Amino acid sequence: MTEKKNPFSFQLDASDFLPADKEEKQGLVVMRQSVSFWRDGLRRFRKNKIAMVSLVVIILIMIFAFVMPSFYPYSYEQQIRGSENLAPMEYSAEELALIEQGIDVFPHILGTDSLGRDTMVRLMMGSRISLLVGIVASILVLLIGSIYGSVAGYFGGKVDMIMMRLVDIIYTVPDILIIILLMVTLKYPLQNLADTVPAFSWINTIGVGLICIFIVFALLYWVGMARIVRSQILTLKEQEFVTAAKALGAGHGRIIRKHLLTNCMGTLIVTTTLQIPSSIFTESFLSFIGIGVAAPMPSLGSMAAQAIGGITSYPYRLLAPAIMISLIILSFNLIGDGLRDAFDPKLKN
Amino acid sequence: MANYVIKRVLLAIVTLWLVATITFALMNMVPGGPFLAEKAPSEATLKALNEKYGLDQPLIVQYKNYMGKVLKGDMGPSLKQRGRTVNQIIANGFKVSARLGGLSVLLAILIGVPLGSVAALNRGKWIDNVIIVISTCGIAVPSFVVSTVLMMIFSVKLDLLPTYGLSSPLHYIMPVMALSFYPSSYITRLMRSSMLEVLGQDYMRTANAKGLSRFKMLFKHALRNAILPVVTYLGPLLAYTLTGSFVIEKIFTIPGLGNDFISSIVNRDYMLIMGTTIFLAALIIVMNLLVDIAYKLIDPRIKLK
Repeated sequence: MTEKKNPFSFQLDASDFLPADKEEKQGLVVMRQSVSFWRDGLRRFRKNKIAMVSLVVIILIMIFAFVMPSFYPYSYEQQIRGSENLAPMEYSAEELALIEQGIDVFPHILGTDSLGRDTMVRLMMGSRISLLVGIVASILVLLIGSIYGSVAGYFGGKVDMIMMRLVDIIYTVPDILIIILLMVTLKYPLQNLADTVPAFSWINTIGVGLICIFIVFALLYWVGMARIVRSQILTLKEQEFVTAAKALGAGHGRIIRKHLLTNCMGTLIVTTTLQIPSSIFTESFLSFIGIGVAAPMPSLGSMAAQAIGGITSYPYRLLAPAIMISLIILSFNLIGDGLRDAFDPKLKN
Repeated sequence: MANYVIKRVLLAIVTLWLVATITFALMNMVPGGPFLAEKAPSEATLKALNEKYGLDQPLIVQYKNYMGKVLKGDMGPSLKQRGRTVNQIIANGFKVSARLGGLSVLLAILIGVPLGSVAALNRGKWIDNVIIVISTCGIAVPSFVVSTVLMMIFSVKLDLLPTYGLSSPLHYIMPVMALSFYPSSYITRLMRSSMLEVLGQDYMRTANAKGLSRFKMLFKHALRNAILPVVTYLGPLLAYTLTGSFVIEKIFTIPGLGNDFISSIVNRDYMLIMGTTIFLAALIIVMNLLVDIAYKLIDPRIKLK
């Protein structure tokens, strides 16, 4: 075509409509797999060294708390006569005699307490209680809070107003006070229920104190989660994909479950993870003032409380649970921070 | 403004009523009255005691009587401590706890605000990292751990500070340090992040560009804006120090309100439990309310609904 084209002409250039050659096609091929939300977040999380180290620490503590006690030669309630108040790695006279005879005696790595119970295995069981409380309570909080918050946010209007007033009230209640009161009073009816109704006898196997803590934490701590989920849902429900889902005939339940909650997954994960250390904190506080898990089951808080009397002579008895609880809380905090940076950068402030 | 205040006051009243009612209901749910101690008193004595304290009347009547008295500010007599009223016990205990709590709040702010600001101003330098590490560890350590470790160092090893009671200024050092450890770490983190945000604002660049002195920039522009989140934290902080002192008072054997609360639960002194719960709840709720209203007053950018 030699004819000079008028720059203002609407005439189309035929060369624009030729099939693309190989080279051109090559440029459009997607080389990398598309990065999903999860993979993107996980990649960022894996890069966070502090969070990864904390994760490893938590996994090690979990092995220590849930696996090790079954292989350990002593049990947490076993009172060994004659080996009361042993120092770490010390043997009692009886045990020394056994060793003389050539029988292997497992050492008390952290010594024993005033009742002759091995401190190491009690530390494992105490960590188990702390982890259980933290994880179970947080899952309960997640369930209640996300359902309540999403229903309030999704339906809006009067429903939202009434539901959120209740949240406001529970939010203003000083939680520790009510938790203490509930812990003290709930034990009796629960014990009754476990003893009289056969269907509830499983309560005894887990322990009334532990069930009590789960119930009380679930009752009071869900409000924070509900508020966060609601505010997320309020913005999400205005988006086009919700309108599209509605137009396709999806029900309310399906929209909340499949479209709204899946879209606040990042927030849910982060908030749940950060709930774990705060539950553990409160549990140790309760056990420390003597209304947590019932004896002989140890908890890190009650172990520390018992150790205070002998702080002059047996400081390691206090240090062991103290270090353990701080380590657990610190690791969960750091994992939570790492998850927040990875999955929910908006939440940072 | 008026609407907001009215709404918050109404909410506070409803919450308080709820707390009082829940407390009353829970106390009456527990089997075994307050007089069933190790050596059970005879039937006649029990009946007389129940009659004396009005525990023989139907629950709804007891509830009405109690609420009526509480509204007038009378929490009734203690069931276990002969001849003392709950009001007296609370007044005595609160004097001690308030001093302890007030000092701790003050210390937490005095440590947290400067540390957080210093960290933010030196972002990425070694001093920032040191402060981050300390404050991150600080929010992970329960107060009973802090207080017992302090006790181990200063009383057992060094023999410098007394371990129980509050009879001299020296006695205050360890409890106040233990109680303010967590909040000062928390305030440090809060202050650092809010300071970082403020330092990145346009008005800070403007202040710098127009040649304002560094001192004026920091104190008139940065600090005043950055401290707002700390003001909102004052409410929860107060609740923390009041309930946190349960543990601290137990460890250091301090005759405060926390000690009364815990011992009343152990002794099943219903009147005292209800009294302290309602008192503490009222205190926390009212303080939260005041802090929130003050916050709205301080920051003109916040629209009042």
